[in-house]
Amino acid sequence: MKAFSKKHSLAVRWFHWINFPVLFLMIWSGTLIYWANGEYKLNAGLFEFKFYPDSLYKSLNIPHRLAEGMSLHFLFMWIFLLNGFLYVMFLIFSGQWRLILPNRKSWKEAFLVLMHDLHLRKKAPEFVKYNAAQRVAYTGVVFMGVLSLVTGLIIYKPATFPSLTSFVGGYENARLIHFVLTILFILFFVVHIVQVIIAGWNNFRAIITGWEITEIQTPNREVTPKEENLDQLNTSEKRNITNDEDEKK
Amino acid sequence: MTKMKKNNFTEEQIFKRKVLIRTIFSFGFFFILCIIGFKFFHALTDAPKDRGMPIPLRQISEVNAKIFERSYDNPALSKVFPKELAAKRARVNGMIGMRDKLDTSNYFFKVVRYSKLTPQLSDTLLISLDDLRHLPKTEVVFNFKCIEGWSQVSWWGGVRFSDFAKKYNLGTFNNLIPDTKNHPEQLLKYVGLQTPDKKYYVGIDMPSMMHPQTILCYELNGKPLPMDQGSPLRLIIPVKYGIKHLKKVGTIFFSETPPPDYWADRGYDYFSGL
Repeated sequence: MKAFSKKHSLAVRWFHWINFPVLFLMIWSGTLIYWANGEYKLNAGLFEFKFYPDSLYKSLNIPHRLAEGMSLHFLFMWIFLLNGFLYVMFLIFSGQWRLILPNRKSWKEAFLVLMHDLHLRKKAPEFVKYNAAQRVAYTGVVFMGVLSLVTGLIIYKPATFPSLTSFVGGYENARLIHFVLTILFILFFVVHIVQVIIAGWNNFRAIITGWEITEIQTPNREVTPKEENLDQLNTSEKRNITNDEDEKK
Repeated sequence: MTKMKKNNFTEEQIFKRKVLIRTIFSFGFFFILCIIGFKFFHALTDAPKDRGMPIPLRQISEVNAKIFERSYDNPALSKVFPKELAAKRARVNGMIGMRDKLDTSNYFFKVVRYSKLTPQLSDTLLISLDDLRHLPKTEVVFNFKCIEGWSQVSWWGGVRFSDFAKKYNLGTFNNLIPDTKNHPEQLLKYVGLQTPDKKYYVGIDMPSMMHPQTILCYELNGKPLPMDQGSPLRLIIPVKYGIKHLKKVGTIFFSETPPPDYWADRGYDYFSGL
């Protein structure tokens, strides 16, 4: 029988949907800034890729908007910081960090999940709410955010924080790390979207509604609102137990 | 009646309808929030402009300036480098305000002392390069940072602005010797600088001007400033982006309100501090 099962708490959904447009605007305004001295290239023998090609700049109407980019960047950085800080605090105090932080098994299992996703392996390891690859990715992206904020602060105020600047090996290093992180955020976004599409509607709906529809074993029983409010961990575990039983059958 | 009707549906149909209703409700709410988000962003960017920047963003830039403003006591110093690391050719970016030919052999720049009334003629000092050379020389080798994003280690020499202000009793209400340690309240809030043709101009907060690495600069790499670097005198202020390092000093004045600033008038942050 099918039933509602709670997946994402209201807080997580707010954090997610505030972060998405804010991070997008940070990357967008950051690109407006980067254009003014876009000097990074990828070189591999004959192949050279310039970040970014002029055709891309022109098609997105990026050139000559440095001042606008800076003014937006230095507003949305505060929202990015605040939202990220509150998210991490929420993970800590709700205990949900247990679902996201990789544990000892996660590193090996993340590789197995990757093999599974690439259709090189039949079975994926069991998991609660987030699989091992998700744990690594979702924890990694938080650290990327922290590192972006720190390197961003160094680029923004190197003369105010000279020791911090020296710590990362100077202003230019901070700028390069900040840029590489941006590329990683874009790659994260692409993989995330592909995975969400593959996972399907039931999964996507949960980040907006909060619930998924899952099969439960006991007949004639519907999850009552009270039960829905149960601790995330419990419901997720319940769901997983039922899945296990499915497989045994 | 409704009960009867309900009984005609199977459990699964009822559940499906429940799912549909809840989904529509959630997505509807989500959609409304998206609209509010878009409206908020457009209200921000389409707002009337103050000197080329939408007013809310201009206000935020002023809040940021307040958060990161400098204090007189215990200022952080920009990292200094050995002279060997300095670029042999310092990069040249802007030429605004430098087109006019200037007789550098007979060069004076004007310093307008602060006066509550309209500045009087007697308030204006004419200072030559020789006058500056008599003051202690300070050299700074630092990573010059352009607002565009490039940076370059370069070696500059000149007179500390704070030494200069102390020598000529500048920067205070009462035209006494500025004392940032014991009497910061006597200091004026801003310094304005202009090129001789007044085509380029900057406004800088006093703590940044009195910073020990801020110099009235007449040397690059140990030699007199080249023409394209603002010969004979420019400002070097490592705690600010390059846009504030005015080349070719024509006039220096003091003010309680922010003096006009070329790039701040064109949508950039006024503070532009590093």
